[in-house]
Amino acid sequence: MAVARLMVIAAGVNKDMARIIAGIGTSHIPAIGAAVDNGKTGEAYWQPLMNGIKPAREWMKNTRPDVCIIVYNDHASAFSLESISTFSIGVGDVFPPADEGYGPRKVPVVEGHSELAWHIAESLILDEFDMTMVNDMPVDHGLTVPLTIMYDQPDAWPCKVIPLSVNVVQYPQPTGNRCYMLGKAIRRAVESFGDDLTVAVFGTGGMSHQLQGERAGVINRDYDLKWLDKLVNDPESITGINHTEYMRETGSEGIELIMWLIMRGAMAANINEVYRFDHVPVSNTHYGLTILENRL
Amino acid sequence: MREPRDYDDIPGTYVFDAEQYRKGYHLNMFCMSLNKVESRDQFRKDEAAYLDRFPMTAEQRQAVLDRDWLQMLRLGGNIYYTYKIAASDGLSFQHVGAAMSGGGGMSLAEFRQMMLDGGRPIDGNRSRGEQRYG
Repeated sequence: MAVARLMVIAAGVNKDMARIIAGIGTSHIPAIGAAVDNGKTGEAYWQPLMNGIKPAREWMKNTRPDVCIIVYNDHASAFSLESISTFSIGVGDVFPPADEGYGPRKVPVVEGHSELAWHIAESLILDEFDMTMVNDMPVDHGLTVPLTIMYDQPDAWPCKVIPLSVNVVQYPQPTGNRCYMLGKAIRRAVESFGDDLTVAVFGTGGMSHQLQGERAGVINRDYDLKWLDKLVNDPESITGINHTEYMRETGSEGIELIMWLIMRGAMAANINEVYRFDHVPVSNTHYGLTILENRL
Repeated sequence: MREPRDYDDIPGTYVFDAEQYRKGYHLNMFCMSLNKVESRDQFRKDEAAYLDRFPMTAEQRQAVLDRDWLQMLRLGGNIYYTYKIAASDGLSFQHVGAAMSGGGGMSLAEFRQMMLDGGRPIDGNRSRGEQRYG
């Protein structure tokens, strides 16, 4: 314990402040939630995925972040065409699972961290990221499936959650660069919160998939894996990829990958990728998972 | 009509931009209403009567009644919204993907097999010039 404390001090990290310890990138495919909720994960179809996420669950058990900031997108659940915000942050105390058209998932309610969420919102706006603050917000598979992937089926989620929703449905989505810069601002916000909290940031969605149109089902695993290598080792080389390239190369819904850039921006420049897994197919999608740790 | 854009060249893809938003607003907001279980029940009981509540075009209305997924996209539908009709029918994204495939549709079994084989290949499907869907 004393040694760990010394290392933290040596690295210049203030133990009395909140700090980001890890970044997680994961797809948020609704079929994974349905398979877990309906007890189908024993089926052969799900074996590669279930085996692949096992080490991530182990890692999560050992790491136990106090708060998870989950960057995700709402799929016409809490938000609709009535009002479209580019970046929204959930500042409430509790977020119930949404009914997306087939009944809400039977998962625990998501508990927020209102004080930290408001601190982040204030810090981001003063840092020139004009957030929408949301109190009442059901959360859909975009947020709850990543929790299921990392925590399985607990009676209550073992962390507080700050939902950070990004518009990726209505063109134009925010640029990759804007997302990356938002991540950096989130890091500044978290590290200026005067409470001893460990925080993990999730970037969710992707990887390549297209749900719509004559081209439905398109997958581009080679592109995804090269992109992921860059995300880990040289993120600034991919912040300039434009909307058309994402849609062309990774499918119209693959553009969700910009949310992983928010996670990456919230991490240090040099990080360790401690785990990676990918699998084709999960439903219509190339499933991807990466776990990044800040070097201390 | 808006000016041509570089993404117009992506084959078999309906980019949900401002033009689509404006065209499909009422269609999509009808779909949004299906997030409520009471609305789903009412829709299932009498689809035509339920659709009367929304100022959709006759074509949009017919596409919904026909479950013509591609036609809904052409008329401004967004897949996350139109999928709510499919979910209410008990269909998965793979059913809908199969029905839209290539324009003529595929069977669910064919679509599932295509995904198991690594998905629809990107090569040949990047631009209209090299379009083949398959």
